[in-house]
Amino acid sequence: MGTIIFLILFPLVVAVALLILKTDKPRDFIVIAGAAVIAVASVILVIQNFGTGGQYFEIHTEVIGYVMMVIEIALAVLIFYLGIKYKKYLASILVAIQAPLLVFFELTKGHSIEVQHNIYVDRLSLIMVLIIGIIGTLICVYAIGYMKDFRHHHAGEKDRRPWFFFLMFLFLSAMFGIVVSNNLIWLYFFWEITTLCSFFLIGYTKTEEAVRNSFRAIIMNLAGGLGFVIAILILGYYYDTVELSQLLTIGTMGYSVVAPVMFLAFAGITKAAQMPFNSWLLGAMIAPTPTSALLHSSTMVKAGVFLVLKLAPVLTNNVSGLMVILVGGITFLMASFAAISQHNAKKLLAYSTVANLGLIVACAGVGTPGAVWAGIMLVIFHAVTKSLLFLCVGTAEHNIGSRDIEDMDGLFDKMPRLASFMLIGIAGMFLAPLGMLISKWAAMTAFVDSKNIILIMIICFGSAATLFYWTKWMGKMTSIVAGEQNIEGKVHPSEWLVQGAHAFLTVLLCVGFPLTSKFMIVPYLDDAFSASSSGLALTAGDMIIMCIMVGVIVLLFAFMFGKTKKRIVPIYLSGVNKGDNITYEGSMQKDVPVTLRNWYMESYFGEVKMNIIGCVATGVVLLVMLGMVAGTIIGGM
Amino acid sequence: MTTVIMVIAYLILAPVIGGLLAGADRIVSARMQGRVGPPILQPFYDVFKLTEKEAITVNKIQDFYVFCFFLFVVVTGALFFAGESLLMVIFTLTLASAFLILAAFSSNSPYAQVGAERELLMMMAYEPMVLITAIGFYVYLGSFRVDDIMKADNLTLWPLIGIFLGFVYILTIKFRKSPFDLSTSHHAHQELVKGLTTEFSGKTLAIMEVAHWYENVFLLGIVFLFFVNGSVAMTIVGLVLCVAIYFFEVFIDNSFARVKWQVALNYAWAVALVLGGVNLFLILG
Repeated sequence: MGTIIFLILFPLVVAVALLILKTDKPRDFIVIAGAAVIAVASVILVIQNFGTGGQYFEIHTEVIGYVMMVIEIALAVLIFYLGIKYKKYLASILVAIQAPLLVFFELTKGHSIEVQHNIYVDRLSLIMVLIIGIIGTLICVYAIGYMKDFRHHHAGEKDRRPWFFFLMFLFLSAMFGIVVSNNLIWLYFFWEITTLCSFFLIGYTKTEEAVRNSFRAIIMNLAGGLGFVIAILILGYYYDTVELSQLLTIGTMGYSVVAPVMFLAFAGITKAAQMPFNSWLLGAMIAPTPTSALLHSSTMVKAGVFLVLKLAPVLTNNVSGLMVILVGGITFLMASFAAISQHNAKKLLAYSTVANLGLIVACAGVGTPGAVWAGIMLVIFHAVTKSLLFLCVGTAEHNIGSRDIEDMDGLFDKMPRLASFMLIGIAGMFLAPLGMLISKWAAMTAFVDSKNIILIMIICFGSAATLFYWTKWMGKMTSIVAGEQNIEGKVHPSEWLVQGAHAFLTVLLCVGFPLTSKFMIVPYLDDAFSASSSGLALTAGDMIIMCIMVGVIVLLFAFMFGKTKKRIVPIYLSGVNKGDNITYEGSMQKDVPVTLRNWYMESYFGEVKMNIIGCVATGVVLLVMLGMVAGTIIGGM
Repeated sequence: MTTVIMVIAYLILAPVIGGLLAGADRIVSARMQGRVGPPILQPFYDVFKLTEKEAITVNKIQDFYVFCFFLFVVVTGALFFAGESLLMVIFTLTLASAFLILAAFSSNSPYAQVGAERELLMMMAYEPMVLITAIGFYVYLGSFRVDDIMKADNLTLWPLIGIFLGFVYILTIKFRKSPFDLSTSHHAHQELVKGLTTEFSGKTLAIMEVAHWYENVFLLGIVFLFFVNGSVAMTIVGLVLCVAIYFFEVFIDNSFARVKWQVALNYAWAVALVLGGVNLFLILG
């Protein structure tokens, strides 16, 4: 238990230290040392708890509860004040409803509820701890070099990096809290801290757009928070508990827990940026790249899907599951389509995140062991690959001066190492034999087994769209454009280190996924569903073939790539190629430069259209279903 | 043991059968156009001649991608004939196609890139129907594995008739036949100076051609799955029907003008949605 407490408190100490320090050198040192300690501690936690199926811990002290309550009230006052100050009254209203509600509950009914276990670890939380502890800290290390460049680009402004690094580490602390809290009031406390951290991180640059987007994020997440509070109230008053494990036990025993589960799932959906709440995550890309990487890969949105996945056993075959399936499925399809029309790399990555989270949420909604297996695999693979891609785009942006995919042609000549990392990341997103594809395979099988025709069609068409937008980006980068210079020399070593580690992890996870499955996910499913989950989509044979394919591709790249004895000749340009491969002689002896552009198919997959369809559809689903449940509760009072 | 024999037979026979089919294709097409046409072995002569051309390339990496394309097309077929999971087979084919597209992109040549973009678009067009086909077998027979599907006692053709028709529809795209030969054409100086393959020459182009033969045989293998009922007679009928479907595609090829990409995408998705979706819905119930 000591390690768990350490993982929550130590990042906090680092955060405070970073807030106080104003100079570069000591900051660099503390970030790296702190990151290393956190990563090691997460691994130690896994080793300590590896043999146990799951452990619950009692902490009998009311002091912690009161401390949390005081902090909560303070934060609520802060949000209320900021909402008034920036004239975003909705934020103030939302916080003015939920904070008093929860405090009232804690002081009255909540006081009489005996909480047996405040914190726990099981294999799912261990997986999350590893993701936060390794990917999250790597991103912090990357931020050292990136923020120096960022500072350089915004030289005229006040240096607010101490605040930035403070938030990053605070975020990690809160995330550790989320994945080990069994007491829902504690979980809510950490949940709100991540909301607030992301609010400040998105608004970091304090430009008008940043402030607007940060408020959009906090308003949507506060709406989710309100759902969370309602769930706690229902649980407290009707079921006499505030423990997550109790909720799951009651639900799997056959009693209906639809109402609280639905509101909790709603909170998860907002945090996981599902439609109609996806716009906060898209707005978040205004922030410096490490923030995006952190929000998309190891924190924030992963907290959302973590909660929904955690609820999966009680979502099976009931109306709450149906709500989650529909929201996740529609989001996956619409976000995949919208991604086709994007040429801003960060925006494309954001839509891809929304889509993948949609798939995870849909898997959780199906709620069978096979589906949850796919969902957890998606969480793991997505964390690593998406973080890698964001960090690469960040580096590319600082060096080629653009995050537009159309400006990335010839990246293979300009920045060969960076382009290779990006290719690994993109391939990892959708190609066999790499990670995400394996999860998608499992998800597809699980959807077919659940006999849900809508989900089956959604995944078939969504996969086709996924294939399209990733491959055309890959193609853009692999184009060999003549006459480009290598400009990689200026990249910070810390960025290379982190990206290299990510690329290595991506490949390692692909080769090692059968082990992850066997030792982490399958035992977790056995406990969570109290049934053997032998019916996995991929047989041992399939897994071996996949692993061999990874090996073959790695070897092919190592030994054959770029080696040819053939004579190099100019390309065909219809007119006379001037010899440089980028100009030809047109009519009237005029030299015409060649420019090539990708397809975005705005008229088919325009962003606005996809968002309207998706948000209306999911909005209706949420309104109708939550309204039904709320109506039942109010009617029953 | 039979698995090993099947795979070896595929590796050796597929290019022979594929090449002969291509030769017969050219004769039939010629006759439909009132010409005599080349000898049936012409595709082999073409490939041998290509291998004797001077070794040239437009950059250092294109050949690597084309080789990977060839390798994974062969692996796709080998997995299929080894009786592995249909999903694995489809995903491997996707990987192979991605390599081909990257090969064309890597040249940074306008014609090759237009071809690559169109090829990618066609992939997006046929992918849902291919996945639905695999899912159809899984729903009806309870397994994605080809060796399990081969043990079917009754024809899957009738319960899966919608999916079968949908699959035959997208087969036109996979065979690169008109009206859907947008990315590159079998005919000289067509579809934007041969699109995808513009910058391939000599041995590289020969590899590409042979890969196409392998791919065609494997695709006909999927068609054959619809005709399995365990009897020897039906096996023979099934094989004949596979060849018949190949020539049906040749017939389509010569009867329709090439369409715009919008039409190709709209129709392919509509077919997947209607034929595939309705068929799946019926057998899921």
